[in-house]
Parts: sequence; C-alpha cells; structure tokens
Amino acid sequence: MPRKRRPKLAVWKFASCDGCQLSLLDCEDELLRLAGHVEIAYFPEASRAIVRGPYDLSLVEGSITTPHDAERIHQVRRASRFLVTIGACATAGGIQALRNFKDVREFISIVYATPVYIETLSKSTPIAEHVFVDFELRGCPINKYQLLDVISAFLHGRKPNTPPHSVCMECKRRGVVCVMVAHGTPCLGPVTHAGCGAICPTYHRGCYGCFGPKETPNTNSLSAWWSHLGVKEQDLVRAFRGFNAYAEPFRKESEAHE
Amino acid sequence: MTQNKTIKVDSLARVEGEGGIYIKLKGAEVVDVKLKIFEPPRFFEAFLRGRSFAEAPDITARICGICPVAYQMSAVHAIEDAFGVTVDGPIRALRRLIYCGEWIESHALHVYLLHAPDFLGYEDAIRMAQDHPDIVQRGLQLKKVGNEIVSLLGGREVHPINVRVGGFYRVPTKRELSPLMERLQWAREAALETVRWAATLPFPEFERDYEFVALRHPVEYPFNEGRLVSNKGLDIAVREYDDHFVEEHVPYSNALHSTIKNRGAYFVGPLARYNLNFDRLSPLVQEVAREVGCEPPCTNPFKSIIVRSLEILYACDEALRLIAEYETPDKPAVKIEPRAATGYGCTEAPRGILYHRYRLDDDGTILDAKIVPPTSQNQKMIESDLWHLLPSLLDAPQDQLLWRCEQAIRNYDPCISCATHVIKLRFERE
Repeated sequence: MPRKRRPKLAVWKFASCDGCQLSLLDCEDELLRLAGHVEIAYFPEASRAIVRGPYDLSLVEGSITTPHDAERIHQVRRASRFLVTIGACATAGGIQALRNFKDVREFISIVYATPVYIETLSKSTPIAEHVFVDFELRGCPINKYQLLDVISAFLHGRKPNTPPHSVCMECKRRGVVCVMVAHGTPCLGPVTHAGCGAICPTYHRGCYGCFGPKETPNTNSLSAWWSHLGVKEQDLVRAFRGFNAYAEPFRKESEAHE
Repeated sequence: MTQNKTIKVDSLARVEGEGGIYIKLKGAEVVDVKLKIFEPPRFFEAFLRGRSFAEAPDITARICGICPVAYQMSAVHAIEDAFGVTVDGPIRALRRLIYCGEWIESHALHVYLLHAPDFLGYEDAIRMAQDHPDIVQRGLQLKKVGNEIVSLLGGREVHPINVRVGGFYRVPTKRELSPLMERLQWAREAALETVRWAATLPFPEFERDYEFVALRHPVEYPFNEGRLVSNKGLDIAVREYDDHFVEEHVPYSNALHSTIKNRGAYFVGPLARYNLNFDRLSPLVQEVAREVGCEPPCTNPFKSIIVRSLEILYACDEALRLIAEYETPDKPAVKIEPRAATGYGCTEAPRGILYHRYRLDDDGTILDAKIVPPTSQNQKMIESDLWHLLPSLLDAPQDQLLWRCEQAIRNYDPCISCATHVIKLRFERE
C-alpha cells in the first residue's frame, strides 16, 4: 500500500519577536519526531529549503503593520488549507499595537532620524482583521505544548484542546494561593485566558495578561477590585494596555480609565 | 565587454527575523553590498515613554524571543543605575545563572540548528539529522538544558516572568536548584564534545583586522557588568557609550547602523568577548581552547562556531559553580526607590553588547529610552565582511557564492527582530 503523503507545514512571520515560532524549535524532545509526521515545507527561521505550496497547515506569527504585509497575508491565506495564528501579535496586534492609541508619525520620529525611509501603517492589527483564520492560539509567548496539540488537532481533524476559561482555574488546579485575595497583589488572572499554567502567581506575582482576554471577561468588575487595592487610574490603563492592548475587552477597559 | 550582475537573496533563512542581501558586481569588481532589513519597525523606544520603570523588563523582553533575558538584564541594570541601587550576593549570582541558561540555549540553537548545516552542506538541521542523528540530538539536548535553567529561574523559556528591577519576584531554594547540577554535568560533557566537533569543521581562510568591542570585568567573564573595551584602545564606562558610538539611519534598512566615532565599523559578540576576555575564562575552557588550537587572537569569523561552543562550555562550568555556592537570600529583591535620573546599562547578550539608557522622572515613569541591540552594531561589519569575501568567490557558481555569503552573515548569528526593534540577499551583475 502506498504511504500517505506527509502534510505540509509552513511557518510565516509578520511583525513579531520570533518567540512563538521559536517555541517550535524549543520542542527539543519532539522536533525530530514531528518532522517525521509533517513535512516542514516553509520555515525560514530553521531552513533555507523552500517546498512550494499549497500548505496543509500554516502557522502565522506576528501582526500586520506595513502595506506590504497587508498584501502578503492574502497570499499566505490563498496558499493555506488551514491557517492558525500563533501568539498575541497575530491574534491581537501585539505590544506594537500600542501605536494604535497614539499618532504613529510621532513614534517614527522618536526612533528614526530620517522618518521618510520608514513605511508603516498607522495601526498594528491582528491577522483575523485581514483574512479568515481557522484557529487562534493565544499567548505572549504561546505555550509550546498547546502548539503541539494544535498541530496534532489539525492533522487529525479534531478540535484543539485549549480551554478558554481564566487563569484562576489554573491557579486552583495547581494549588496556588490566590495572590490577590491572600496578599492584595493586583492580578489580571480573573479576566485572562488560560494557557500559561498560572506561572506568575506561582512566582508570587500578579498575572499581567500575556494570553489576552478569556471568554466573557468582566474587566469592569476587576478594575473596581483593583481600585479597592489602591491602584490608580493611570496604572489601570497601563495594565490593560500590554501585549494584548488591542484585544477588544482590554482595549475598552483601558479606554474607560483614560 | 564588462558584465554587470545583481545577485540578491530576498529572504535570508536560518536567522531570527526578516532580512536580505543585495550584491552588485561589475565584471570582477564588487560595486555594492547591502544587508537589508525589512523586519517591520515596532517602535519600542517610543511606546516605552510614559510606562512605569517596573514594566521595562517585561516590555523590552518582547523585542526578541531568542534573547529575552538579555533585554531584561540590560533594562534592570540601567534602571538600578538611575536609582542608585546595587544588587549583589545571591541575587546577583542568580542573574548570572539565568544568563548562563540563555547563552546555552541561544548558542546551542545557533551552533547546531542554524550554523552547522552550512559547514556540512545541509539546508537545515532536520535534513542534517538524517545523516547525523546523534549530533543533532546532542545539540537539542544541550539547548534543552539551557532552557531548563531559564524556565526554573524565570518561569518559562521565552519571555520569563520572574525578573524585576531589584532582583526577582521569587527566588529558588538551594534544593530546587540541585536537580540542575546533574543535568549541567551532562551538558558540560556534551559541550566539550561540541567544541571538539566544531573544531573539525571545514573553515575558509578568512582573517581580518577587526576592532572587537566587549565588556571587561575585573575578575569574571562578562555578563552584566564591566567597562566597554576594544583591542584598539577603547576603555570607557558604560555611561560614556553615547559619547563614543553613533547610530545612523540608512535608506535601505529598518535597523539603525552603529559605528564608533571617527573609526567606523566594529565587531561585537562571542568572538569579541573571547578575544578580549580569554584570561577570564575558567581553566577548563582555556585548556580545551588550546587543545583544539583556537587560542586568541582568533580573527576568522567563520570560527565563531568554535568560540560559541567554548562559551557554552564556559556557561555550563559557571552555572555549576554558581549553583554549588548558592545560598537562598532572605529577600527576593532589594528595595527600590524611584528618583528622577538617567540610568545606563550594558550587558553581554548571546550576540554581543546590548545597551539600554532610560531617563526617568521622580515617580519612576520612563521619559525617554534608548536601546542598541548587538545586531545593529554588527550590521556594518557584516557588510564589510561580504565586501572582503566576495572577490574570492566570483568564479564559483552562483548558488555556491550565495550560500557562502549567507554563511558569512550567519557567523554573526544576526537577530533581525532585535535589530529593528534582517536578512534577504540580493545580488546584481549589471
């Protein structure tokens, strides 16, 4: 019987830090086995070889910030059977979406002496604002085990197992004492999407929202609790204006305190 | 008739980020070489304005997913400099330890997965693993040990969460660190094998008279502290950086080019550190360096793969020492009191010196930030290496010529995401 063709995997980069695609190379125990199950067809960070598309699964890292990238993402979509965004940049615009709250021309002149050389859009936007996205994997950075699960899910035609509940559930499961209740440490855990494993509370620090909003987050109520703890309005703005600043629930909450 | 030709590699592979090379030849003469960085700009220095000092280590980590610890370390040292705080004892030791983890992780990634395939003629490490499974496995497992250190101290490998101005949020007990000892003992052996193996790779004859720039500490191989020195007479405090180095904006790149005032291009990274600080390495590393015939001066950039391997060995050795001497501190961080001031920090990222400067107001709000990553400092030298390398390659078939140019660029382990806070290759024969 002829052996089935290995599905083709592609990894694309837009404006980002490379950390989410690095998560694939950080699967030190699984990488070579994974390469046995899928053909790593396009992954410039790891290989100079390029296998032509179309691709069965495209992982897209980074946000859209330039006119050229706004075109390129459509080519990526056309070449992909499934398109999965990985990380906060691709899913919410990333930390660079802080420009969306300011005048980008001012930003350019702060960093670059000759702004005329720089071509950039006024906003940093998530991939789903430009093309249809089959699945969004959260995190800044993503959790590499969730990434492996997503790849496996798409190869087997099942739904990825990435629960949309809050970080609080992960604290309870790990047996971590609530930093907000027990120590009065402001924590975004109650409104933040699970996936990291509640790392910050485990290290005695409040969650700072790397995985973006959970499903149906009550940001308003959390802000009120933070205010009880003595957090000032300007610090509430900063807290919601982090790596997922442009995700709608966080954006609206930060604007409410401005 | 003179033949003109343009050669370009539109998208450089096996580097972190997006860049290309553009080469223009007129007959046998090299007319132009440009390292192009298209990585879209992300404006970190702009949006740091108005953020709290406490957020700087988390935000600047996001400049680079490969070396987030370097950004965190430069940020905390610069801000502590502004606030007049010195961190020492076990907290200082833990900072060295997490940096050891990042060097091991980042160098093992580059040596085995990004650079070695060039020397052995493979498109990537996965194809290399079909013929050399044990070698690639060793690289992956070494990388994993580095990541284990970063994860244990930082909470996770990419963008660790535990680093703060003044120290850490939580410090490990001695007992929590002890499982790393056994792993590091294995890693030290694997690093020894790495050095011996790297030294057998085929190296092109290519030596240049570089100006190397690195930190130099009175007794240690440098991570977080020291003076900035070079082999051409530079010897300054970190806070004098802006008096001696300038950044220029060129039209074809989204990354700023750095030069030393009145002298031009300079070289940062493992080769620079090694040549300037060989006497600060542990006896084991010095001995192995002599054994494989790679003592300084080492001025062949292709041999940076050996030097990176030697630095992995050093980082394993140093991590073992730090863990053996570690005593859990009473507090995870020293007390921080903001004041209006400007602070300067420079640390040795895996790819070379990473400079941060912050101007802060009296409640600790950032008024102004400057960040100079190693790859923007090396950009000019990378281009200059290509100018010097190309004449010897003009008779080679174009694909070989291009591959050799790519390899020469990878000598610097360029991190393009960092440099724009690239590489594509374009080649032109008119």
